Amino acid sequence: MSANVSLTRAEQAMLEGAQGPGAAMALRIVAEGARLLGAERLVPVTSAHIDGCLYHGDSGVFFAERLLELGARLAVPATLNVGSLDLLHPEVVQGDDHHRAMSRRLMDAHLALGCVPSWTCAPYQAGHRPERGEQVAWGESNAVAFVNSVLGARSNRYGDFLDLCCAIAGRAPYCGLHVTENRRATLVLDLSGLKPGLRASDTFYPVLGALLGRLAGDAVAAILGVPEDIGEDALKALGAGAAAKGAVGLFHVVGVTPEAPSLEAALQGRRPERSIEVTPEQVRAARDGLSSARDEALGCIALGSPHFSYEECQDLARLSAGRRFSVPVYVCTGRHVTERLAAEGLEAALEARGVTFVVDTCVVVTPIVRQVSGALMTNSAKFAHYGRPNTGLETVYGSLADCVASAEAGRVLRDESVWQ
Amino acid sequence: MRLAAETLIEGTAEGEVLKLAAPVSFWGGVDPATGRITAYPHPDHGAALAGKVLVLPGTMGSSGSSAVMLELLYAGCAPAALVLPETDAILVLGVVVAREMGYPTIPVLRAPAAPFDTGTRARIAPGGEIVVSD
Repeated sequence: MSANVSLTRAEQAMLEGAQGPGAAMALRIVAEGARLLGAERLVPVTSAHIDGCLYHGDSGVFFAERLLELGARLAVPATLNVGSLDLLHPEVVQGDDHHRAMSRRLMDAHLALGCVPSWTCAPYQAGHRPERGEQVAWGESNAVAFVNSVLGARSNRYGDFLDLCCAIAGRAPYCGLHVTENRRATLVLDLSGLKPGLRASDTFYPVLGALLGRLAGDAVAAILGVPEDIGEDALKALGAGAAAKGAVGLFHVVGVTPEAPSLEAALQGRRPERSIEVTPEQVRAARDGLSSARDEALGCIALGSPHFSYEECQDLARLSAGRRFSVPVYVCTGRHVTERLAAEGLEAALEARGVTFVVDTCVVVTPIVRQVSGALMTNSAKFAHYGRPNTGLETVYGSLADCVASAEAGRVLRDESVWQ
Repeated sequence: MRLAAETLIEGTAEGEVLKLAAPVSFWGGVDPATGRITAYPHPDHGAALAGKVLVLPGTMGSSGSSAVMLELLYAGCAPAALVLPETDAILVLGVVVAREMGYPTIPVLRAPAAPFDTGTRARIAPGGEIVVSD
């Protein structure tokens, strides 16, 4: 652990107030972060994704307002993660007046600091896509996993506050996944012992993510045996599951992700520290670990963690054509998706079948779900992981098709064939 | 028993040890208003963190944990001290921000969890020494 973080002349001037007390406060926090992380210096960043707009209590609001009062402004473009309110459909969020007022103050302070009102945990599907090799400071664990793994940009897993401070200072601690050597895979997960049908199925990837998180912790893994035509939404689900169940900030999918044209490239020419041949039993155990409900009672369906993409909404529309849901189906997504759906008439069509769109936020970060009994069913490992503590409902994991069939039947139905 | 630990955040504290049997994500796993563990399934589900010398066996979870840590400090239901097996910068940053905001802060030390047992008492002395009594 280095006691001293060496600063450039410009950084030293910022620390001493050359750009105002707000920038100085931000840089002081970034430098403290660097000290804690053992970084010897800072690195300039070109973009940020800021996970600071969830209301956890008044302290976070006061922090953002303090920076603003001290004159801080962003030095680089930054998108915003979800907030605690649905600004387009305010009636879907419950909570008292204090919760609503403070959530709004938190969002307003971030906008006044210069953040883009993207309100999504999938900014990479809302036009914010850094180039390979770009140094960035992103928060929100799934977004970090995606920007590193799928786009090949470089970010550590920035927590609340540090992402915002990096965006104001335009600097991040130079360590961890910002550094080439640390992006080397040390763990190899070989999927070749699993059936091709399972590996081609979308419902496999959230489960693989959960398993990866458990096995890897914060290690970088290289995954062998994923079909080369795997879609972006499956990679998104893989990263989200891994980041929720473990501390995964980067994974490589050999033949698919940019730093893994080959296993050797992902390993940077060295030998892995661990190699695991994933078994069907491990996969089933990981899947079962995502469900806590003991019976078929169904309360609601929650989709979209990370936020549903336009393509996932299309899948839902296709699977649910001609059906009518008998329990609430919450689709959590961003404005970048609902605007397109509305223009094409898909938003109204899905609402007529019983879908409630939740925009700018989601069902596990703010009180939306009104059911008090029956399970919350989801096709997301992240919703399955956080659903029970944050909504009080038991969870059931299933494929998107399972979720649609269950929503129509009003009880949990799961097609087991793909897992056999 | 006396242990030398690496100081991540300076401070002194004394309290009952709570050693978690499994890692927990503070975001989604600890209620910021009460300081109780809400993660489920978790072997320490329902345990109260307030005033405890909290010994964590590992790191996991969401990048939202800094904010939960800050709110625990602001609301007065934070642990008395944190002992981490490795530096969890996300969690510790909540303490750094609390210091910037003028809220009460707590010592954070890096040490392995093994020598600690729930229910014993521990004192964090200046310089990072941890004194554990039965």
